Amino acid sequence: MAEVFAQMRLIAAVLALAFVVATAMPAAAQQPNSVNPTAAAVKEQQLLQQFKTIKGLGTIPDTKSYVLEHPGGREWREYRTVTLKWIGGIAILGILALLTIYYLWHGSMRIEAGRSGRKLLRFSVFERFVHWLTGVAFVILGLTGLNITFGRSLILPWMGASTFSEWTEWGKFAHNYISFAFTVGVVLMFFMWVARNLPTSADIEWFMKGGGMFGGEEPPAHKFNGGEKLIFWISMLGGGAVAVTGYILLFPFYGTDITTMELAQVVHSTVALLYVAAMFVHFYMGTIGVEGAFEAMADGTVDVNWAKERHLLWYEEEKQLGAAPSEAMRQPAE
Amino acid sequence: MARMKFLCDADRCIECNACVTACKNEHEVPWGINRRRVVTLNDGKPGERSISMACMHCTDAPCAAVCPVNCFYTTADAVVLHSKDLCIGCGYCFYACPFGAPQYPKVGNFGSRGKMDKCTFCAGGPEADNSKEEYEKYGANRLAEGKLPLCAEMCSTKSLLAGDGDVIAQIYKERVAKRGYGSGAWGWQTAYRETIAT
Repeated sequence: MAEVFAQMRLIAAVLALAFVVATAMPAAAQQPNSVNPTAAAVKEQQLLQQFKTIKGLGTIPDTKSYVLEHPGGREWREYRTVTLKWIGGIAILGILALLTIYYLWHGSMRIEAGRSGRKLLRFSVFERFVHWLTGVAFVILGLTGLNITFGRSLILPWMGASTFSEWTEWGKFAHNYISFAFTVGVVLMFFMWVARNLPTSADIEWFMKGGGMFGGEEPPAHKFNGGEKLIFWISMLGGGAVAVTGYILLFPFYGTDITTMELAQVVHSTVALLYVAAMFVHFYMGTIGVEGAFEAMADGTVDVNWAKERHLLWYEEEKQLGAAPSEAMRQPAE
Repeated sequence: MARMKFLCDADRCIECNACVTACKNEHEVPWGINRRRVVTLNDGKPGERSISMACMHCTDAPCAAVCPVNCFYTTADAVVLHSKDLCIGCGYCFYACPFGAPQYPKVGNFGSRGKMDKCTFCAGGPEADNSKEEYEKYGANRLAEGKLPLCAEMCSTKSLLAGDGDVIAQIYKERVAKRGYGSGAWGWQTAYRETIAT
């Protein structure tokens, strides 16, 4: 029986095959020879001209992979490897050169009347805490960020590949996490100081006279002079911009696509480098640039004569409030 | 030495994803990482084409140019490889890559992407050829065994070609001449700054 069945199966198979071949042949013969199967086919060049990115459909969950081709990456590459280095290099080296020339020409801004020996509270403990929280975070973020842009050309050659890679990875983690401290600092600083940093008519006079930086008396200023207000607003706008773009980069492809990510990186790195360059002016003014300025952020106090020369209007406000030592106390105790 | 290239003949690709599966299996690529994928353009419309895409091993590779730690290198066969020991998982190569080739084991936030993984043209990594370490990090090194990438070797329609650029360009040219049409060597202009005249 089994043999009969096997033979029947064989016959059936042969018949089926013959049927398939017989029915397929006429169909093939009917195909006109002139059909061009690519007449309507998508063309790469055409798509690239129409769209900057060629996107299709895929079968895996990762929707980023549906982008077939993204030649725009080449523009981002050009920006990162060439343009950004020029912008950052010129801005940072340029500012450092200007500060050096200025210092050599002008030297520190001295307390003309000499130290009075009496101190006036300029920044509270909380103000100093917020300042140094932001400041320390800024320096770490700045150094690790500069390393991502310039490290490969400047540090890698002498540090060696594996040490540099290790340090850069730690730098990346530091950059990612310390960003939160920096953001908190910027937000607190905004609410803490914004009222005293709104532009006033005194600032116009301050800027007209170059803040006394190029000779002449320093025009009277409130708690913050025109230059300090400028630094404040650079920190707020620059800090805000790097924070927003930084968080976009920190949460990659959350509602963003490849073009948005590239754009976020371009804004982040450009603003950050200009911000670093601007902050060198602040570092200079807060340390060797102005005698008696650093102690305001160290123990929080400044010399009374410093306050009179640098921030006369603020000094008078404080005196009215009774915070400043009165004239009667001027006689040195002997 | 040969200049290794990939070429996907889109007029032959039937979107079977065998190349994707072969790649995943050969290199034991973890879940979530796709070194190769098939993208369908104009899906369901006349003129629909599917293209299998992976790292194209570009001339003057953008990934290598933007890497902050310089972890990429190009072999004598012009295959673009990288060192996972040096990679810091910053994700910059993905921004620069025109083909979306770099993959990361973690989709995590806070920059914790893990070490980048991508198509190696079945050529492993910096470790000793076909060593255990090399296999664990980069997958099989078929090139060292004298074999070509498995995705192309497995391709059921021989749509995906991998090998010496001149040889596969010649095969493609002959195909186009014989059948009378061809939608071009996808990605070649972007990757190699040249295309195949047909």
